[in-house]
Amino acid sequence: MTATKMTGANALLEALERQGVKHIFGILGGAILPVYDELCRHPQIRHILARHEQGAAHAADGYARASGRPGVCFATSGPGATNLVTGIANAHMDSSPVIAITGQVPTNGTNTSYMIGRDAFQEADIIGITTPITKYNHQVRSAAEIPQAISAAFYIATTGRPGPVLIDLPKNVQNEVAEVSFDGKIDLRGYRLAGAPHPLQIRKAVELLVEAERPVILAGGGVITANASDELLTVAELLLAPVATTFMGKGSFPEIHPLSLGNIGMHGNPLANKMLLEADVLLAVGTRFADRATGNLDSFCPEAKKIHIDIDAAEIGKNIEVDVPIVADAKQTLSAIYERLIKQVKKRTDSPWLQRISEARKLLNPPDKTEDGELKPKRLLQTLRKLLPESAIVTTEVGQNQMWAALYFKALKPRTFISSGGLGTMGFGFPAALGAKTACPDRHVVDIAGDGSFIMTEQELACSVIEDIPVTVIVLNNGVLGMVAQWQRLFYKRRYMAVKLGRSPDFVKLAEAYGAQGFRVESIAEFEKAVKQALKSTVTTVIDVPINSEEDVAPMVPPGCGLGQQIGDY
Amino acid sequence: MENNQKTIVIAALVENKPGVLHSVSNMFRRRNFNIESITVGQTEQKGVARMTITVRGDEKTLEQVVKQMNKLIDVIKVGRLEPENIVSRELALIKVNAPDAKTRTDIINCVEVFRGHIIDVSPETLIVEITGTSDKIEAFLNLMKPYGIIELARTGVTALARGTHSIRIEE
Ligand SMILES: Cc1ncc(C[n+]2csc(CCOP(=O)(O)OP(=O)(O)O)c2C)c(N)n1
Ligand SMILES: [Mg+2]
Repeated sequence: MTATKMTGANALLEALERQGVKHIFGILGGAILPVYDELCRHPQIRHILARHEQGAAHAADGYARASGRPGVCFATSGPGATNLVTGIANAHMDSSPVIAITGQVPTNGTNTSYMIGRDAFQEADIIGITTPITKYNHQVRSAAEIPQAISAAFYIATTGRPGPVLIDLPKNVQNEVAEVSFDGKIDLRGYRLAGAPHPLQIRKAVELLVEAERPVILAGGGVITANASDELLTVAELLLAPVATTFMGKGSFPEIHPLSLGNIGMHGNPLANKMLLEADVLLAVGTRFADRATGNLDSFCPEAKKIHIDIDAAEIGKNIEVDVPIVADAKQTLSAIYERLIKQVKKRTDSPWLQRISEARKLLNPPDKTEDGELKPKRLLQTLRKLLPESAIVTTEVGQNQMWAALYFKALKPRTFISSGGLGTMGFGFPAALGAKTACPDRHVVDIAGDGSFIMTEQELACSVIEDIPVTVIVLNNGVLGMVAQWQRLFYKRRYMAVKLGRSPDFVKLAEAYGAQGFRVESIAEFEKAVKQALKSTVTTVIDVPINSEEDVAPMVPPGCGLGQQIGDY
Repeated sequence: MENNQKTIVIAALVENKPGVLHSVSNMFRRRNFNIESITVGQTEQKGVARMTITVRGDEKTLEQVVKQMNKLIDVIKVGRLEPENIVSRELALIKVNAPDAKTRTDIINCVEVFRGHIIDVSPETLIVEITGTSDKIEAFLNLMKPYGIIELARTGVTALARGTHSIRIEE
């Protein structure tokens, strides 16, 4: 092993470069100063100064989801680190490979109380705090250990079921000069990846699928993570099996494909929810059967034999019992299923099941009654789809805006619909858009926002303008915390409490105050014009779209109900 | 529900490093699993500690416990031990009131029956050491209650699988 004398800070940046890191989102502070000083000597890495660490973490997350490459964020000790927490928890819930590196107070020191365990200035136990919300975390205790720690962090974050990893770096370790070697092996004997799909399980799955009369495929976020969309498409077309997606799986299957049913779930497409009830075989891929997706489990897909592919063994049997579990990578497994299927089934172009689906589609997804010009979310999102190229990336905030986007904005490719699914974090969409744009500078990135959510991380407008990361924010401005207002309307007899935002701030002026451009639109025509201008713009654009504050996300499965008990029309 | 419940012992080999106990106990708390007892100690293999965890739950929960344990990166190997196939022991130190000769003799008789030891004697108290299965310790404690238990320290269960079945890291 060749070793070089260097500081821990230098070792960190060298290690990050070796991992191919080109961008870091962060905010500095005392306990991470040595690392930032070293950044001066690493011009290959671009540091993007967020305006709040939550923004940095979400940006790293958006970067990862858009590109499939891990996103990296930096923060100082104490409040810097704790400000990352929401972003880390968000990445954890949605299995996103985020690497968070935090400064920490020193582990040693002479004549000083400024060290770990003594409640030093800006000391926070970030390892303790993030243990339940990271895939792995680790406090590095010596400079020599840094290369291995970073290799392990990237390996763990990006393999198997991905997830965030936090590395805590005490200041004295950053300053320590040590013999550092980068060719040491990492030893992770407690971390075993799922192997190839078991041939017996593949055989059983194929037996069920061949016999199925009414097969449905349910694609989750795991399909996107595994880059398995092509394999999904070939299996679906061979079987003539309609494909429903979970919220996290949106984009894994082109939503304009005749076999696409749309999302299932609380605010799923009624077609998807209905067809799942009729399925006789369910092929679920890369999904954890989250409660928002399944509704009441007792009536979830009641007639179907279930095949469940997941790379995380702990997901098998966690929420629902299945007939054929397969613990393996989605891409590999779908290929293996296809290889076996193709020998047994003939390609067809029609089936009674397909006819049933198209009948149901006519009924449940009827063509629009045009209400010309009116600023209704459905129209807005359908219009937006027409204006954006296929490759454009859409992020969303949380609330009604998010559910409207899920329902009416058709995602055509994987990694083009990025949203906070598991944690439901208001304020995620905008910084995530900045991360996505950083990863994919040649593509358009649009945040579909609510007024309440956007305010939560709106300060990143400064980051977007100053760092020159132009994106478009469409604020579906209903003047309320709309989703909660909807629940108060439906389940609390319209007793509105603490949901009114008023029409403040003025989003056009807000954008302008940051040096971005702002438009307010009053009609679909104006909306179209504003979006077109935004797409041409070299600066971030905020489009304020006033909408009715009493608008519901209409198709809804009330909490506790089964997917069959959906109310409201698509 | 209650009648589906059973108790198993989980033996886990873990990296012997700071924070492992935290990540394991944190996972149990977060997932709402109940630890009945937990013991940790070094093993014959360097850098490896062994945790012996007694958990109670229905089959579905117990399966999840094992899977979630396996997911933890510093957990190297997890074995699920069914009560029928293990030898398990717990050690208890019991400080009992023994102010007069009659009481002392009675207690010493009990200790002999249970193959325990008296390991400390003072004018007012005795300290008894008992090793055995948890049931045996419970039985002994019941006998001591009338005399007045002043202090009790139990180690929690530790266990090995019987025979050739072993939980170890193959090198
Ligand atoms: C950080 C955070 N706080 C609170 C909530 C609870 N919550 C869910 S939706 C919602 C309202 C969102 O309002 P807005 O962004 O205006 O979206 P709308 O529903 O009006 O489209 C709230 C408060 C949340 N999801 N995240
Ligand atoms: Mg709103």
